[in-house]
Amino acid sequence: MTLLAVRDLDAFYGDFQALFAVSLDVVEGELLAVIGANGAGKTTFLRAIAGVLPVAQQAVRFRGRAVGGRPAYELAAAGIALVPEGRRIFPSLSVEENLLIGAYRERPGSWTVARVYELFPSLAARRRQPGTNLSGGEQQMLAIGRGLMANPILLLVDEISLGLAPLVVRQLYEVLRVVTAEGTTTLVVEQDLSQVLQVAQRVYCFRKGTVSLTGRPRELGRAEIAAAYFGV
Amino acid sequence: MAWVDTVVQGILLGGLYALFATGLSLIFGVMRLVNLAHGDFSILAAFLAVVAVQVAGLNPLAALVVVVPLMAGLGWLLQCAALNRLLGRGLLPAVLVTFGLSIIIQNALLETFSADSHGLNPGGIETASVRLAVVTVGWFPLLTLATAVLVLLALQLFIGRTALGRAFRATSDDRETAELMGIDHRRLYALAMALSLGIVAVAGVFLGIRTTFTFASGPDRLLFAFEAVIIGGLGSLWGTLVGGVILGVAQTVGAKFSPGWGVLTGHLVFLAVLLLRPQGLFAPSRRVG
Repeated sequence: MTLLAVRDLDAFYGDFQALFAVSLDVVEGELLAVIGANGAGKTTFLRAIAGVLPVAQQAVRFRGRAVGGRPAYELAAAGIALVPEGRRIFPSLSVEENLLIGAYRERPGSWTVARVYELFPSLAARRRQPGTNLSGGEQQMLAIGRGLMANPILLLVDEISLGLAPLVVRQLYEVLRVVTAEGTTTLVVEQDLSQVLQVAQRVYCFRKGTVSLTGRPRELGRAEIAAAYFGV
Repeated sequence: MAWVDTVVQGILLGGLYALFATGLSLIFGVMRLVNLAHGDFSILAAFLAVVAVQVAGLNPLAALVVVVPLMAGLGWLLQCAALNRLLGRGLLPAVLVTFGLSIIIQNALLETFSADSHGLNPGGIETASVRLAVVTVGWFPLLTLATAVLVLLALQLFIGRTALGRAFRATSDDRETAELMGIDHRRLYALAMALSLGIVAVAGVFLGIRTTFTFASGPDRLLFAFEAVIIGGLGSLWGTLVGGVILGVAQTVGAKFSPGWGVLTGHLVFLAVLLLRPQGLFAPSRRVG
């Protein structure tokens, strides 16, 4: 069943058009990846469907309802959680408070602070420290944990690998695989293909604000992906 | 002993200044807005208490039960109807609106209550005093300071311990990410403005009991509140109390040398802090709370 249907989505920053008629489906229960080079429009795409950027109402349908252009706080309440680029941990809040704020809308579900600590034990040890005291990898764990605390129907994750060691990135993708297997549909945006193609069930490649390729990673050839990615 | 007395009176006066400054500090901490009508709102509250006393025969302190919710509701309305519409257009438009409001409130008060001085009489407590060791202190200044401490304590607990307070801090840190958490910052700002005007209503009524006031008393109150906030450190609630106390003591000590020097000495201390420690004495690591 299609959870999120994006049709002919255009997005702008002022006069600059960043997305051109992007169409994409997220199927319930899958781990979907959007890949693309810097500037391909991946982050813009996530921000548009999370309600941070204004877009046309009919361009985004979530669970059958046209939600394009609804404010982010409303979409968060409806079950879309975005783990933003650069983590964006709240510096005034402790690690635990950063998790608790994720549950601000009190959506029902199985994610609790205790379960997030189970998933990321290193966070539990530092629960009282300011969230921004953590290492980059731990901050990414915290950001993902904060997103899960919303008990989302659709989890959007922007650029997990940014500035992190390959080993940490692999752990985080393993976590996302588990999270998806447990029932949270996940859409990740990624520039670094080394890990994401191993866990994603389907992939969309973006180039210059349009979809240049889509399919299952196993069925797509390296050359095909490279061509869609770099445009060579 | 006279000096001890002067300092103690200054500390108590500082309680009143802190009460004025708390709402200003809160609004700045949560939404980076300097409310230039803050002092005028306090005077508006004092006049509302005058009306409550005249119409319903209430004691001014009892009138707080009416005046505080009224002012809080006005704050909510102000934020929803005016200031929220200006979000995302930079700092200046909202500050200009509060500047305009300051003028409107003063003129409306002048039209309604004339230019005469008004006062609030709570029936005895304003002159009653108690002897503490070597100094005599008034019950009412003591009540004022205690109220300021209680208000700050309650606000501290609210911001530090509750889910809503957490949302205040998160929004102050990063509004866009807070919105991704499901926080509607417009509602939060309206609540902050309601709290701010509710607290300054208490300050205005206490001021009216302590001294007389006119339609034009607001800007002075704003100035003292602003100085208390800056001395204490922007966004630090307890810093606001200390800032108010330092300002109060500076004023009473200055006035001890010559009656005309009180306010001037306060300004000089404020200037000294600005020069030597512009971030204030208690520059907070977190911006609210």
